[in-house]
Order: sequence, then C-alpha cells, then structure tokens
Amino acid sequence: MRSVSILALRELKAYFRSPMGPVIIAAVLLIDGILFYWQALAEKLLSAEVLEQFFYNASGTTMIAAVVLSMRLLAEERQLGTFILLNTSPVGDGEIVFGKYLSALLMLGLMTLLTLYMPLLILVNGKVSVGHILVGYTGLLLLGAAVLAIGLFASSLTRSTVVAGVIAACITGAMILAWALAKAMDAPVNSLLAAMALHHENFKPFMSGTLDLGCVAYYLAVITFFLTAATKMVEARRWR
Amino acid sequence: MIEIRDLHKYYGNRRALGPLNFNIETGQIVGLLGLNGAGKTTTLRILACDLLPTEGTVSVGGIDIVSDPDAVKAKIGYLPDTPPLYPDMTVREYLRFAGRIRGYQSSLMGSRVNEVVRLTELGAVVDDLISTLSHGFKQRVGIAQAIVHRPELVILDEPISGLDPVQIVEMRELIRSLKGNHTVVISSHILSEISETCDRILVMGDGKIIADGTEAELGERWLSGMRVELLVRCPAGTDVDKTLAGIRGLPGILEVVQRDAREPGENLLAFDAQMKGDLRETLIAKLVSQQFGVLQLSRSHRDLETVFLQLSDSRVAAPNATSEVPPAQQEEPQP
Repeated sequence: MRSVSILALRELKAYFRSPMGPVIIAAVLLIDGILFYWQALAEKLLSAEVLEQFFYNASGTTMIAAVVLSMRLLAEERQLGTFILLNTSPVGDGEIVFGKYLSALLMLGLMTLLTLYMPLLILVNGKVSVGHILVGYTGLLLLGAAVLAIGLFASSLTRSTVVAGVIAACITGAMILAWALAKAMDAPVNSLLAAMALHHENFKPFMSGTLDLGCVAYYLAVITFFLTAATKMVEARRWR
Repeated sequence: MIEIRDLHKYYGNRRALGPLNFNIETGQIVGLLGLNGAGKTTTLRILACDLLPTEGTVSVGGIDIVSDPDAVKAKIGYLPDTPPLYPDMTVREYLRFAGRIRGYQSSLMGSRVNEVVRLTELGAVVDDLISTLSHGFKQRVGIAQAIVHRPELVILDEPISGLDPVQIVEMRELIRSLKGNHTVVISSHILSEISETCDRILVMGDGKIIADGTEAELGERWLSGMRVELLVRCPAGTDVDKTLAGIRGLPGILEVVQRDAREPGENLLAFDAQMKGDLRETLIAKLVSQQFGVLQLSRSHRDLETVFLQLSDSRVAAPNATSEVPPAQQEEPQP
C-alpha cells in the first residue's frame, strides 16, 4: 500500500505540473456550466428534472475527461522509458496499476467535486433531496471510475497516448452503444446487452436518485475486470 | 553475489542469449563487453528483473529472480541505456521518489539524497527540472537513482555512451568510487571505456561469454605478442622507407606500419610495431644507437579491442564455433 500511495502522489502531482490537469478541469466545468445554465434557466422544468438533466450532461463530460486522464498513465511511462524504473523496483504489477488508477480517480473526484455548486443551487432554490444529489454523484463517480479503468487498460496496450485514447474511446463507445444494439436483438440477448451497457440501463437509476445495488455491482465489476486486464498486460511485458 | 546457470532468452524463435554461465563475487566491478546485439542489455535486463529468462536460473545474493523478484529488486539499482527520468520533476524530487519507491526509509531519504547529490556532483542542478539538464547531467541523475537506495548490486547499461571526453573521465571516477560499497556490472561495446574501471571483463558474443578475465589476462591469452605506438625524431637526411625496413628486419618484430605523426615538428616519424613478446627495450636501444630520438613509446590498446570485436563478430557469423580456441591460435591478429 506504501508503494501505491507513493505512485499515486507522483502521478497526482504530474497532472498539475503540466497544463493538462487544470485544462481538463476547466473544460469540464465550463461545458457543464453552460449546459446547466441553458437547462436550468432557459427551460421550464421541475427542479428534480433539472438535477436529472445535470447528471445526464455531467456523465458525458465525465466519460470524456476519464478517457483523457487515463490514456497517458502507462503509455507515457513507456514513451519516456520510465516504466523500467517501476518494473525494476520492488513494486507489484497490481500496485503499479492501482497506484496509477488511484491518482486518476482522485483527479476525477476533485473535478466532480468542483461541479457541486450546480446541484447546490438547485437544492437551495428548488425542491430536491440531498439523497438525490448524493446518489447522482455516486453514479457519476462509478461511471467515471469505470471509464478510467477502461482507459488504463487501453494505456497498457501501447506506448502512444493518442492510440491509447482512441482504443479507450472505442471500448467505451462500444459499451455505451450496447443498449442500442439491445433494441435490435431478441430475448434473451437483448436483456444481456442492455445489462452490459455502460451508460443507459446502468446509469439512469442514479440520475433519478435511485440507488440500485445491481448497477453499483455492474460498475464495480467493470472496474475490476479492466484493472485486472491492465495488470495482466503489464505482467505479460516481462515474458516477451 | 550473482550466479547465472544455463541462462537462455528467446525472443520468439530467435535466441538472444544462451547458454550463459558465470558468477560475480561481491564487491567486484565487472564489465560486459560486446558488439551491439551480443546480448549485454538482455543479460542486464534479466539481472534487473525487467525480463524473465526463457530457461536457466539467475540468483542475486542467493535469491532466485523468478521465485522472489521483489526481494531481488530491493538489492538492485539499475541504469538502463536510456536513463528513466521524469522530465517534469526536479532532480531532488526524482531522487526522493526513486529511493522511496525502492523501499528506502522515508525519514532517512532527505539526508541520503543530499549524500548522493554530493557523490554524483549534482549540487548545482539539484533543484532544476530534469527536462532542462544536459545529457551529461541526465546520465549522472541516472546513476544517482541507481544508488540512492544503497543497493548491493548496481547495474549500469552503457553509462558512458554519448558523453564528452571530460564527462567520460568524471563518469569513470564516479563508477570507481562505487567500488567497495557496491558490486557493479557495467556494459559497453568499447573496451577502453570499461578497461579502466573494471576488475574483470566478460566478453560477450552471440549471447554467450567468449572470454573472461582482466584486460592483462585477456591480452596474454588472446594476443600472440605486443603492439606499440612509437614517435621518433629522425636524424637529418634519413630515408624513412629504409629505416622502417631496418626495424622490420629486427628479430621478433612481426610488422611495422607507418602512421600520421599527429603533432607538428620536423623529421618526425610515427609508426606502430607488432612484436613477438615484450621487445620494447631492444627496439629503443636499436633506435637510439642509430641516432633516432625516441619521443614516445606506448602500448597500444587498439589491438586487443580489435581482436575482441573480430572475435565477437565472427561468433555472430559462425554461431557454432567453439569459444575455447583463442583467435591468436587460429590466426595472427590483424593490425
């Protein structure tokens, strides 16, 4: 755990040493802010609907930010030739992957936290419950964490951050579109595909303030799967 | 300290190493010498636990690198051919990170970093970003990260490549200063780079050890005689061709080759002489008796290096050749 925290801290600092971290946060806040302004003030909606719409919009920016935050994590280490430092240190492959993941998760958490002023405005001026906000944010963090795991896995496949970003976007896109594919299929394949969808079926309950443990389990399973796959990829590098 | 037995490494169907067998005692500075592709980097990467062997066993300090890699890694400091540096960190931050990730105690890290900075003479740049450093300083930071956690074994892959002559001298001194506290393994494809720092040289070719010993032992074993470089001032009116022919005619002189004097002056003659054994005194006496002023006589290192390179190259070309027969017994070394 000591190695995980040392690695996570280095990575977290790296986000702020370059313009990347602040730029991502600023971009997400700007886009979320503009969308919130349009929907909260320009349309006549109930406050619960505004909050729901906020989480829907924020889920899009969170997924994009998660891809950008994670695509460099392992690919850049290989590009710079620094991965060998980690690989020849007494740190397990799982610890390397989890340390990197934790840093991106903290960054994503900070970014998400900074959007809190928007739901708080609805809470103060409208009629929504704190529970709805907490559940919505739980979903947002789980969705972001799942995409981060996908991005980290993509980053373990290549030494190019751009290629890693494209791979992560493709996997994420395919998993989002699973619900659309489900509509075109017959039972029982359609229900399987719908259950596998990264966003639609599994994120909607959080948007409306319903804490569905099945959806929580789904996101945790996606995170575990892709982090394990990333660890295996790192491990396989030694066997080349 | 290091024990390697029947080590093989294959990349796909291509054999990069093997069979490789050698031991390295604690406290030695050992150089791996060989051409590019001889297997030096692969050997070092396996020793550093960056790659796994296909076959064979490797142990460091009695611990097998496959069964307990983390215990081995804790004993090792590794500088790959390209130093693993984070350009966005300062030298101090980076060394702290490298030490802590390798398990060095956090509370002692500050004083240890200062000690290593002093040893590697990085004081002037310790708070500079690594991205702003020159190649020589980056190489020093690379060595500093390899020793910051006080490893028992330091592995340096081509530490001198790309450095200017002043930096090379400084780097040699730095590597020599590691002796006693660490066992050091260095790789290079240039004999002179490591002959001055290493207690022992392992010559690699085609993924195998083809020679093992000190430079003097290897020279004795692999060369038939001695090669010297001479610079003399000829008496006025000397016929150079006749003089060289006269030297060639001396007993024990195998070959004499004229070369550029490389310094200004009148009547200067520079040549290399290949001799059967150490005939330096005889040669000087002969030249002095004929009124030649002997300005310089030095033993040439190039011949030994040339033999190593030819040897390595021939092993690549003919992988089935045995390593037991010295080339001097196969054919006379070429000047």
